[in-house]
Amino acid sequence: MLDLIKGPILTFQDFVLLAGRAVRGVFRKPYYWPDVFMQMDLIGIGSLPVVVLTGFFSGAVMALQMSRALQTYGASSQVGQIVAITLVREMGPVLTALMVAGRNASGMASELGSMKVTEQIDAMRALGTDPVMKLVKPRLIATATMLPLLVIIADFIGIFGGWVVACPLLGLTSDAQYWNNSWRSLEYNDITQGLLKPFVFAIVISLVGCYYGMRTTGGTQGVGRATTQAVVVASVWIVVLTFLIGRIFVSI
Amino acid sequence: MAEAPDNCILGFDQVTVRFDEEPVLDGVSFKLRRGESLVLLGEAGSGKTVLLKTALGLIRPDSGRLFLFGEDVTSASEQQWFDLRARIGVLFQEGGLFDSLSIEENVSYPLSNQESLRCPEQEMARRVEQSLEFVELGHTLEKFPSELSGGMRRRVGIARAVVTEPELLLYDSPTAGLDPITAATIMALIIKGRDVRRATTLIVTHRYQDGEMLTRYRHDSSLGHLVPAPENGTGPRTHYLVLRGGRVVFDGSQAELEASADPYVANFVRRTG
Repeated sequence: MLDLIKGPILTFQDFVLLAGRAVRGVFRKPYYWPDVFMQMDLIGIGSLPVVVLTGFFSGAVMALQMSRALQTYGASSQVGQIVAITLVREMGPVLTALMVAGRNASGMASELGSMKVTEQIDAMRALGTDPVMKLVKPRLIATATMLPLLVIIADFIGIFGGWVVACPLLGLTSDAQYWNNSWRSLEYNDITQGLLKPFVFAIVISLVGCYYGMRTTGGTQGVGRATTQAVVVASVWIVVLTFLIGRIFVSI
Repeated sequence: MAEAPDNCILGFDQVTVRFDEEPVLDGVSFKLRRGESLVLLGEAGSGKTVLLKTALGLIRPDSGRLFLFGEDVTSASEQQWFDLRARIGVLFQEGGLFDSLSIEENVSYPLSNQESLRCPEQEMARRVEQSLEFVELGHTLEKFPSELSGGMRRRVGIARAVVTEPELLLYDSPTAGLDPITAATIMALIIKGRDVRRATTLIVTHRYQDGEMLTRYRHDSSLGHLVPAPENGTGPRTHYLVLRGGRVVFDGSQAELEASADPYVANFVRRTG
C-alpha cells in the first residue's frame, strides 16, 4: 500500500519543488526577455485561431441549446444573459485553458523532453545557465500573461457567436436586448472569477508541461509519454480547479 | 570548500552514486593532476557518463568526496558550481548542441551566459571564430546543428568546449557512432586541444584505440599535425581507468593495461584494440 502511494507523492513533491523554484525565480534575475516574448507569440498569437473558433462555437451552441428551454418558459429574451454568464464564469476560461493545454502543455513537454534526452538541459547547466530560469520561467510568465487575454477574446467572440444564433438565425430576441442583457448581467464577481481562473490555469499548464518535459527519460518514446502525461494531468487539474475556484466564489 | 590533499585538478575519493538505491558508481577513487590525461574505459552501463556528470556537478554523490581544482567541492552550492564549470570544457555524448541556436550562438553560449566569462561582443565574435577555425569549421557560423553531419556536430561541440580556454576538458564518448576516419579526426582535435592549450583531459570512451592514440601521439604546432610522441616519457602523461558495474577494476598506465591478467580488462583491450 505504501509503495503504491509513494510514487505519486514523490512526483507531487518534485512538482512542488520545481514550481517553488520557478515562482521564486519570477522575482529574481536573470530575465531572458527575448525567450519570454517568443513564448508569448507562440502561446498567445499561435493559439488565437483555435481559441476564436472554440469561443465562437461554444457561444453559438449554448444559444442554440438554450433556445428551446427558454421558449418553453417564455424567457427567450434572457438568452444573452445566460450566454454571457456561462461563458465569462466557466466556459470561456475552461475551454480556452483546455485548448491551450492541448496545444502548449504538450508543446512544452515535447520541446523540453527532447532537450532532456539529447542532453541539452545538462549542457545548459554545464555552460552556466539554470534551466529553470532559462526554460521554465519564460514559459510561466508568458502563459500567465497570455491566457487571461485569450480568455477575454474567447468570451467576446463567444457572446458574438451566441448573438449570431439568437438574433439573425433564430430571432429569439432583438439585437439591442441581447447585448443589453449580456452586458448588464455581468457582475464584478463574474469578471474576477473569469480572470482569476485563467491565471491559475496558466500556472498549472506551464508548470505541468515543463515538469513532465524536464523529467523525461527513455529517448523518443519517453518524449511521447511525457507529452501525453502533461496534457492529461493539466486537463484534469483544470477541471478540478475550476470547481474549487467556482465553489469559493459561490460562497462570496 | 576544504583543500584537496595534493592539489589535484580532479579527484574522486570513495565516491558512490545511487539511482533508486542501486549503486551506479560504487566507491570510485582516482586523481587527475594538472597536465595529465585520463582515459576512462568501460562497457555500456558501467557508469562512465555518470562519473563524468558527477565531475561536472550535474549529479551529486551520495557518499564520498569530490575534489576540483584543489578544493573539496562535495557540498558546493549550485551557484558555486556555475563558477567552477566556467573553468571546465565539456563535450557531451549526444553533442548537447542547442537545436534552436545557430552554430555561432552555440559556440558563444558559455561566453554570453557565464558571469565570470562575459566579454565584449567583438572579443566574443573573435574567440568564436578562432574556436571554429580550430576545429576547421569556420564556414559554418550561420548554420544550424540540424544542417551538419554527426561528425561536424561533434567538432562544433569541441569548439564550444575549448572556446573558454578551460583548465579541464571532459569528453564523453567523442567518437561513438562515427566512422573510423571521422573518429580519427575527432581524436586528432582532442590531442590538439590537449597539447596546444595544455589542458588537463578526461576522455570517456569504450574504444581502446582512442586512448592508444591519445598516449602515442602529440600535436606538433610547427608542422600543424600529429607526430608520434617521444618514448622517453617526456610526452603527455596518460593513464587509464577501467570501470565495471560502477567499480574501478583497473587504474594504471597503458603498458600495465595491456599486461593486465584481469579477464575483463584483457578482453576489453583485445576486443576493441
